[in-house]
Amino acid sequence: MTKNLRVKTSKFIDETYKVSFKFNGKTYYGYKGDTLASALLANDIHLVGRSFKYHRPRGIMTAGSEEPNAIVQLHSDTSRTEPNVRATEIEIYEGLEASSQNCWPSVNFDIGGINNLLSPVLPAGFYYKTFMWPASFWEKYEYFIRKSAGLGKSPTEPDPDIYEHKYYHCDVLVVGAGISGIMAAKTAAKNGFKTLLVDEKSYLGGSTIYQNSEHFKINNQTSSSWLDKEINEIKKIENLEIKIRTSVAAFHGYNFLLARENLTDHLPLNQRNNKIRQRLLKIRAKKVITATGSLERPLIFDNNDRPGILLSSAVEKYANFFGVACGEKNVLFTNNDSAYETAISLIQRGINIEAIIDNREEIDSSLIKETEKNNIKIFKGYTVVDTFGYKRINKISIMQLSKDGQKVIGAKKSISCDCLGISGGWTPAVHLFTQSGGKLKFRNEDQVFIPDVYSSDQISIGSCNGDFTLDEILSNTPQILKEFLNLKETNYENLEVKSSFNKSKRNIWLLPSDKVIGKTKPFVDYQNDATAKDIKLALREGFRSIEHVKRYTTTGMGTDQGKLGNMHALGIISETAGSKMGELGTTTFRPPYTPLTFGTIVGRNVGEYFDIFRKTPIHEWHVQNKAEFENVGQWKRAWYYPKNGESMHDAVQRESKAARDNAGILDASTLGKIDIQGTDASEFLNRVYTNAWSKLAIGKCRYGLMLNEDGMVYDDGVTTRLDENHYIMTTTTGGAATVLGKLEDYLQTEWPELDVYLTSVTDHYATVSVCGPNSKKIVSQVIPDLDFSDENFPHMSFKNAKIGEIKCRVMRISFTGEHSYEINIQANYGKSVWEKCMEIGKEFNITPYGTETMHLLRAEKGFIIVGQDTDATMTPIDLQMDWIVSKKKYDFIGKRSLYRSDTIKEDRKQLVGLLTENPDEVLEEGAQIVADIKKSPIEMLGHVTSSYYSPNLKKSIALGVVRGGKNMMGQKLIIPMENKQINVTVADPVFFDKENKRLNA
Amino acid sequence: MFIINCPYCGEREQSEFKAGGEAHIVRPKQPTELSDDQWAEYLFMRKNIKGIQFERWIHTHGCRKWFNVVRDTSNDVIKAVYKMGEKPPTK
Repeated sequence: MTKNLRVKTSKFIDETYKVSFKFNGKTYYGYKGDTLASALLANDIHLVGRSFKYHRPRGIMTAGSEEPNAIVQLHSDTSRTEPNVRATEIEIYEGLEASSQNCWPSVNFDIGGINNLLSPVLPAGFYYKTFMWPASFWEKYEYFIRKSAGLGKSPTEPDPDIYEHKYYHCDVLVVGAGISGIMAAKTAAKNGFKTLLVDEKSYLGGSTIYQNSEHFKINNQTSSSWLDKEINEIKKIENLEIKIRTSVAAFHGYNFLLARENLTDHLPLNQRNNKIRQRLLKIRAKKVITATGSLERPLIFDNNDRPGILLSSAVEKYANFFGVACGEKNVLFTNNDSAYETAISLIQRGINIEAIIDNREEIDSSLIKETEKNNIKIFKGYTVVDTFGYKRINKISIMQLSKDGQKVIGAKKSISCDCLGISGGWTPAVHLFTQSGGKLKFRNEDQVFIPDVYSSDQISIGSCNGDFTLDEILSNTPQILKEFLNLKETNYENLEVKSSFNKSKRNIWLLPSDKVIGKTKPFVDYQNDATAKDIKLALREGFRSIEHVKRYTTTGMGTDQGKLGNMHALGIISETAGSKMGELGTTTFRPPYTPLTFGTIVGRNVGEYFDIFRKTPIHEWHVQNKAEFENVGQWKRAWYYPKNGESMHDAVQRESKAARDNAGILDASTLGKIDIQGTDASEFLNRVYTNAWSKLAIGKCRYGLMLNEDGMVYDDGVTTRLDENHYIMTTTTGGAATVLGKLEDYLQTEWPELDVYLTSVTDHYATVSVCGPNSKKIVSQVIPDLDFSDENFPHMSFKNAKIGEIKCRVMRISFTGEHSYEINIQANYGKSVWEKCMEIGKEFNITPYGTETMHLLRAEKGFIIVGQDTDATMTPIDLQMDWIVSKKKYDFIGKRSLYRSDTIKEDRKQLVGLLTENPDEVLEEGAQIVADIKKSPIEMLGHVTSSYYSPNLKKSIALGVVRGGKNMMGQKLIIPMENKQINVTVADPVFFDKENKRLNA
Repeated sequence: MFIINCPYCGEREQSEFKAGGEAHIVRPKQPTELSDDQWAEYLFMRKNIKGIQFERWIHTHGCRKWFNVVRDTSNDVIKAVYKMGEKPPTK
């Protein structure tokens, strides 16, 4: 039987709207407006999960996005299930199902809890130290470690929800809609700035909006009713857009911010259909005002992690905002005045307080007086030394602090309780500020880091700027805004503010205990189970850099990024190592502020939109004819055309044979095509290709090799001289864009004096390549007006022609070694030309072939593929292509590098042919090549780059790069494989038709 | 993500541009006359400055023009942009 701890109605909760939800399989009720955490607390449930390492029972600790403990698995279905959702953030909706994480079989009885008993032998770095030896065992250890680690489960099915990205531009972005953010947004918008105000919560007004105390007043109204009016007013301002449930994840340079807008996570499941779930806003703001508030610090003492221990501010929010008492016997433990605000809120709502433990000895403020007036016992100068209760706190021990705060003295007292609210003061939420490149400074008097130097046009206001009290905020914020927005005045001059908050604070990073540190568990990072003991151990072992201590102890490395405990970790390091906080610095605050779903990150870029792809004009034909496709760059290229259930091997063998025996047809539209014009076009080609171009006659084609300035082969292709000052260059499919970019670079920066114009025309033309002994018979019927005689139209020449009325360019060039023609025609006629070739070719046994056959045929001829047989370490000399490097030209890109001391070495890896001893054995591409298998270590000479079974030669052929291979013709080498060795002979890379007879046949 | 003021198009998002390394490295007019060391100096040696750096950028998804940028690499603030062939600003 669970208790109902709902105490008093709150205007933020709709008690007429009951919502049922399931937690760990059991049904509970809450109200609209509840978070999962507040609804659980109202049902007296504190135990929500188990900790990461020791599997200690953990409860709800906070009421916001900083929550380290109460993280749950949301949804039970395998496509929507989501791990690590903060129960303090998720708003309940009809149908919500959540369960505890990191426990088995259940949160109440968790086998892993044994780790808690083993904790004396599980110190920081335990895994590093224990599982190091023997090194080969790591794989076995890892399996079990990974299995026992991890919080929550990932979905196993694709995410069915819709996400999107949106760009957003504004003059002023205000992050955080607390009191200072509201003031900033109103001021900016009223002064004509296009303003966006975002807040991660579902409501506006931050923590002030549920402050009902008479102790905090603005112009004689309670601070909340004053702020309420401001909020109503800003909702009407036209050039102000307000986005709630929108969390800024990242603040990058140049005021570029990423924010996640949550659109449906709070809706009942049946109202979410077809709606966008989350939206990633890419915000570019001229000015940014950060008003992200501050996070309450816990206190670090023995067993400070039991369910029922919450931040004091969370206890206050649950009471004021949600109308929920976190316990029936509440104790507050503090080092500053904040807990008394909580006390007064609880008193107002009739929630019982057993006692208040205050680190400070001499305290005096109106808040404290009011608390005492209500007969609440305050233990001044005391500290909590221990807590009791396994799954829920039931008792605390307290002792008096020594004057210096280093020891505890006197007798131990016990206080029974079921809830302990702790307050260690406040830490400005400077995460976004530092992400943007801002530099922090340390303020000694209250031990906080605050913004100091800004990296862009931005400002921090309110408590994230270190202004914690109402009067500080209301007096400083208008001044800061005036200066930042260049205004004469704001609406907030001369406000009458009553703020009872006294700033005195007794900061002790690690509270003393009557036990030695080794016997205590004062948790610094709750989620990752890092204790003060672990941090001290790291320091003893010699770690000094805060970044190293973080990684060694895993402090701050959980899903909460240590929002609560990082300051204490710093404090303990500073005290132990004797260094100053300001000099120690902080660990890096990394985006995202709170975790993002993958869906939000990828937005619409899923499925077929994951990556763009390009289709040739003939693509549909390939699809209709059941081609298999391969990705080449962004292109989808027909790979092979399996017939009647053929395997890839069989299809490629058939296609390869057909292309040489009769005729083959290939869609070559993807080849890059660059139109080059200008009076210096020939000179330009001379400079970018290794061979000479000036003497190429009009109407002729030439193969060219392009190098990088370092002498390495970069791209290749055939370029045709269309006219005196007009060329069409082809590039490899994958290299088209980079080649164009490189050519433009040289033209614009090195040789601006050249009269040359480059235009990418890749998409403008479809290219149909017909090869084989029957190719002439086919193409001459497709283009009957053209004279195809060898005299008129020899190999490596080009003709303008017409198919019907449509102009086309025909090149007689060949990548297969066969007599071959390429018809280039305006892209939208590509498919009909292809179909015409197929129709006429029927009689001549034309066979469509894909890229795989193309690769096989060119390998038979020893033609290289840049990027397959080369890898940016191959010069033309290494490729045995000395013939293409002009000796006469004074200069071309890469020429000087061809005789650097390294590139002239004889034992560079060089391209050779490889023939296997057994002609049926086909090598694996990428396999290593060695000479002596007995030597240890084996010397690697090179590797196989291309390998096929050639149906035309009826044997296995391969290309490979071998150290000094050029001088190894006929030599025997070895390819060692997993269970065998393959003997090969180094051969000429040209295997088929060495005399090039077929080109002219 | 920077905003870069393309000298031809104006302010655009960084995603429209590509960086091209250190600026004002001129390709030698007579590479064949250079020793290996001199050629290597041109080919491989780059400064990688922390602070003010002169660098090349291209407006790839825009006018496709190369230009120069003066950027403080320690905070990514762009101090100046100027066209290819123009003299770098002295201040």
